Amino acid sequence: MSDAPTPRPFSEPSPLARGLAGAAVVLYAVIAILPLLWIGATAFKSQSDAIAYPPKIFFTPTLGGFVDLFTVQTHQSHDFIAKLPAPQTWYEKIVRDRDMVIAGPSRVVERFLNSLIIGFGSTILATFLGTLAAYGFSRFRVPFADDLMFFILSTRMMPPIAVAVPIYMMYRWLGLYDTRIGMILLYTAVNVSLAVWLLKGFIDEIPREYEEAALVDGYTRMQAFRKVVLPQAVTGIAATAIFCLIFSWNEYAFNLLLTSSDAQTMPPFIPFIIGEGGQNWPAVAAATTLFLLPIVIFTIALRKHLLRGITFGAVRK
Amino acid sequence: MTVTNPATGLAERAARRTTAPLARRAGLSDRAVAWLFILPTMLLLLAINIFPLIWAIRLSFTGLMANLPGAARFVGLDNYVDILTDEDVWANFQITAHFVFWTIALQVLIGLGLALLINQKFRGHSFWTTVILLPMMLSPAVVGNFWTLLFQPQIGPFNYVVGFLTGVAPSSFSMIGSVTLAPWTIVLVNTWMWTPYVMLICLAGLRSIPDYIYEAAEVDRASPLRQFWSITLPMVMPFLMLAVLFQAIQSFVMFDMVNLLTSGGPGSVTETVSITLKRAAFEKWETGYASALAVILFVTIFGAANVYVRALNWVKQQ
Repeated sequence: MSDAPTPRPFSEPSPLARGLAGAAVVLYAVIAILPLLWIGATAFKSQSDAIAYPPKIFFTPTLGGFVDLFTVQTHQSHDFIAKLPAPQTWYEKIVRDRDMVIAGPSRVVERFLNSLIIGFGSTILATFLGTLAAYGFSRFRVPFADDLMFFILSTRMMPPIAVAVPIYMMYRWLGLYDTRIGMILLYTAVNVSLAVWLLKGFIDEIPREYEEAALVDGYTRMQAFRKVVLPQAVTGIAATAIFCLIFSWNEYAFNLLLTSSDAQTMPPFIPFIIGEGGQNWPAVAAATTLFLLPIVIFTIALRKHLLRGITFGAVRK
Repeated sequence: MTVTNPATGLAERAARRTTAPLARRAGLSDRAVAWLFILPTMLLLLAINIFPLIWAIRLSFTGLMANLPGAARFVGLDNYVDILTDEDVWANFQITAHFVFWTIALQVLIGLGLALLINQKFRGHSFWTTVILLPMMLSPAVVGNFWTLLFQPQIGPFNYVVGFLTGVAPSSFSMIGSVTLAPWTIVLVNTWMWTPYVMLICLAGLRSIPDYIYEAAEVDRASPLRQFWSITLPMVMPFLMLAVLFQAIQSFVMFDMVNLLTSGGPGSVTETVSITLKRAAFEKWETGYASALAVILFVTIFGAANVYVRALNWVKQQ
C-alpha cells in the first residue's frame, strides 16, 4: 500500500479513507446521542406510551409530562368533574381528561429558581475573584506562586463526598445548612480554582506592553487593569463564566448532602419526581429535557474553548 | 495655556514622563495590588476547603456520631485500623479499581480511535465532533438517573435493542438488578459519558504533530503502521496521559452517577469507595470513621493531583 506512488500531498488522506472514517464517526455519534433523543422523546409521551412494550418510537405527542411536572393534581370522581365549569386552559383540559384536577403548582419551579440563583450567584462571584487572582498571578512576582497555584487546583480535585462531612458540621454550626448563600459560597470555592487557572492562561496571552504603555501614560495599576486588561480578556472571562455556570448547574453531591428543601437545586430533585403508582417517566423526562437543554446550547457556544476548559487552560488548540 | 510652540510641547511631554511614577505612587503599589487581588480567593479556599480538611483530620481520631449529642471521644488511630483491616472496605476498593481500570481502558481505546478518525477531516467533522462531545458536559447525576429508564428490563429501549440484536428475551436480564451485570453497567455509562473527554484531548495531540514529520517518514517509506507506532503514538502520549490521569482521579471518586444509577447495589457489588463513604457518613452517621476514610481518600487524591499538575505543566511547556 505504501509502496504505491501517491500523487496527493501527504497530509491529505485518500477520499476512501475519509469516507470510511466519516461513516464510523457518524455511526458512533448517532449511537451516543440516541439515549438523549430517547429522553427528549419520552418527555412528549403519554404515561401509557412511555411504559409500552415494545418501546414505542412513533407516538402521538402530548404535553402531559410537562403539565405533570409543573402541577400537583388530585383524583376526583367523574361526577364531580362533570359538575365543574369547563376547563379554561389547555393544561387544565389535559388533566381533566384523566379525571384529575389541578390542585396547585408543584415545587419544581422553586427548584429551578434555586438552580438559577445559586448557579448565577456562584458564577459571578467565582469569575470576579478568579479574574483578580489570575491577574495577580499573571503579572506580579508572587512568592511561592507555583505552590499556591497547585494548592488552588488541588482544592478542585477534592471529592465533594469527602469534604462534605466537615462542611456539613461547619454549615450546621454557622446556620448555612440548606441556605442559598451557603451553596453559593461553596460552589464559588469549587469554581474559583478553575477560574484562576483558566483566566491566568487567557491573561498570560495579553501582551504586557499594553499595560506598561498605560502605566507610562500615568494610569494607576487599577486603572490599567480596568481599562486595558479587562476589555482584552472579555472572551476569556465569558468562557470561564460559562464553565463555572455549567459546574454549578450540574452539581449534585454537595447539594444532596447540604440541603433539605429551601436551597435544593434540580439534580437532587429530579429523581424524586414520582407519580402515583410508580415513576412518572414523562414528567421525569420533561424535567431532564428542560434541565439539559441549556447545557446543550452552552456546549455548542463553548466548543472552541472546551479543550481549555477541561484541561484547566493547559492545552489550547 | 495659550499658544503652544513645539518647544513647550516637548517640555510638557517630558514633564508627563517624569510625573508618571508619581501618578502611580498615588495609586496602590504593585505589591499591594497583587495581595489585594489574590487574598480574597485564598481566604475563601482556606475557609471552605482547608478549615474543613483540618476539622476532618481531627474528627478522624474520634468516635463521633454527628447525629447524637455529646462530646466526641478520642479513639486514637482506631478508625484507621478499622478501615485498613476491614475486608468489606478492601472489597470496595477492589470494586473501585475494577471500575477505574475498565472505564479508562475503554475510554482510551474508543477515544483515541475516534480522534484518529476525526483527524481524517472528512466533511462535517466539526459538527459531528460537537455532537459526540455533548455527554461529557451533562450532569452526571441526571445522566445516572435517566439511564435507569433506558435500562428498565421491560420498557427500556436498551434491553429491547440488545434482545433484538442477540435474540435474548429483553426481560430476561436486568442491567441494574443483576449482580454480574451491574458492575459493567456503571462502566458502560461512565464510558459513554467520558470517552469524548479522552477523544478531545487526543485530537489536540494529533493536531499538534507537524506534517513535515510524516512527510519525512513518507520519504523514508515507513509503512502507515510503522508511522503510527513511531510517530503518532509517541507524540500523542503526553496528551493521552493527561486525559488518563484526570479520568482516573475522576472515576476513582465518582459518586453522582453511581449513586443514582445503582446506589451501590444490588447488595454492595457496585459500592465504590465514595458510596461507602456516603453510607458511613450520612446513613450510619459514623462521623469519625467516615472522616478517617475521607482522610485516606484525600491523601490518595492529593498524591495523584500532584502528578497531574506536573503532567499539566509538562504538556504546557511542549
